[in-house]
Amino acid sequence: MESLSKRAKVLTKKPMTLAERAYLPAIFQGLSITMQHFFRAATKKQITIRYPEETRPFSPVFRGLHVLKRDEAGRERCTACGLCAVACPAEAITMVAGERKKGEENLYREEKYAVSYEINMLRCIFCGLCEEACPKAAVYLQADKMAPPRFERDEFIYGKDRLVEPVTPDNRSKRGIQLTPEQADKLRSQLA
Amino acid sequence: MTLPALGWQGLVVLVVFGVSLLIATYSTYAERVIAAFLQDRVGPDRAGPFGLLQPLADAVKLFTKEEFFPAGANRALFVFGPCLAMVTALMSSAVIPFGNVLQFGETAIYLQGIEINVGMLYVFGMVSLGVYGIMIGGWASNNKFSLLGAIRAASQNISYELAMGLALIAVLMISHSLSLREITFQQASDAPFVWRDIFNWNVMKQPLGFVIFIVCSFAETNRTPFDLPECETELIGGYHTEYSSMKMGLYLFAEYINVFVASAVMSVLYFGGFNFPFQSELRNWLVSSRGLELVTAQNIITIFGLVGLFAKIFSFIFFFMWVRWTLPRFRYDQLMRLGWTILIPLAIFNIMLTGGLITFGVIK
Repeated sequence: MESLSKRAKVLTKKPMTLAERAYLPAIFQGLSITMQHFFRAATKKQITIRYPEETRPFSPVFRGLHVLKRDEAGRERCTACGLCAVACPAEAITMVAGERKKGEENLYREEKYAVSYEINMLRCIFCGLCEEACPKAAVYLQADKMAPPRFERDEFIYGKDRLVEPVTPDNRSKRGIQLTPEQADKLRSQLA
Repeated sequence: MTLPALGWQGLVVLVVFGVSLLIATYSTYAERVIAAFLQDRVGPDRAGPFGLLQPLADAVKLFTKEEFFPAGANRALFVFGPCLAMVTALMSSAVIPFGNVLQFGETAIYLQGIEINVGMLYVFGMVSLGVYGIMIGGWASNNKFSLLGAIRAASQNISYELAMGLALIAVLMISHSLSLREITFQQASDAPFVWRDIFNWNVMKQPLGFVIFIVCSFAETNRTPFDLPECETELIGGYHTEYSSMKMGLYLFAEYINVFVASAVMSVLYFGGFNFPFQSELRNWLVSSRGLELVTAQNIITIFGLVGLFAKIFSFIFFFMWVRWTLPRFRYDQLMRLGWTILIPLAIFNIMLTGGLITFGVIK
């Protein structure tokens, strides 16, 4: 029968040579192989990541824990339109919209804002569709943070207290475009 | 022996005891680090710098674990087994000459637990007795796997002791002495060429005997590739299946002490013991050029020899571990075939060869 691939090997069962039967040469061969590994481990940098001290670097496109962005003036960008909740295939996002009162202009960017905004991290599949759906560039999945393990289920429901990014600029998430909607509109019209 | 000399000798015995335990302790650490390095891993590095406190952590763990007695076990023998394994392992290091004599004025300290003129037989007796610890522990566990492991250990040790003893007879034919100290002294030489010190080591006269001896000592200490008594794939844990807590620790410890003693015996019998190359030149240089007294020079040589012997021992221990993480385990019939049909005939051939070489004056 013709072989389908040319990789088939004809096995020959030759009697072992004296060196093979003595077994010692094979042992020394094996010893030299393990010794090479020993010196490699002892001299080169080991590939082991010593976890609590070292962490594996995240990919720049990693989709981790969500953040609700603020704009350059420190106001929440989210306008509670609900597009993220609609886009979410896992139905992890719920929100309650409210109207901005007079005197809250420094807190909320738009006239409507999210009174509460919750993401259930146990439901979330971290697909990033909410990020794509958001017209206000408000919700992002951070590339450098993960939802940490917790003991209770309700601790996985993240409210605004844990989602909105801190006001201080150095604690802001690096993820997400820093364009204002006006700039984005301009860009879009230029592209069209 | 005067009373102060007896006191010093007692101190030496205590030190030998402590050093055996210390080396066994750190063998566990070394084994794990070497295993890790041979497999491109890191090994224990959490406890202390470079994980050096790992043995302490292990000891604390073993001591605090539950003391477990299987149902139907013979409690007295169940405790006695690991004790016997440990005691015999520790006792065999008593006759090993770790160094020559240290002379301080009147007092001479021999760096050896006790010098007896049948030292080699003593070591052999102790090593053979060691298998009783395994036998008793395995039998007392009331467990099929333990018993199988113990029986394997016994038959394996008996088989390989034969070849080991026959390999040793060839050494005796050259040395005419059973005293380990005497054998060490005979390996120092005054022949006038550069590598004479190393050429006078018994391994140069008995290369075949040494190979037989080292293979047998792997089997005697139950180390891979001959660790059939604790073969996990077939026997769970072998003779220590039912053991936990520090009784288990004693078995593991006894194994490492046996490795240490086997390494020491091989260094003494075949690798010149505390002799090291150029020792007489060093002594002469210390006396003539540095103007030291002969006694002081000898003391310095003794210290060097002690360090040298431990270097040899550590390289053997490393070799034991290196082999363990390189070779797979033998099958039981392969083990027996190797012992009875290859090693014993080879050892007998080695005796005849040595006899012939002595008769024709090639070696003396």
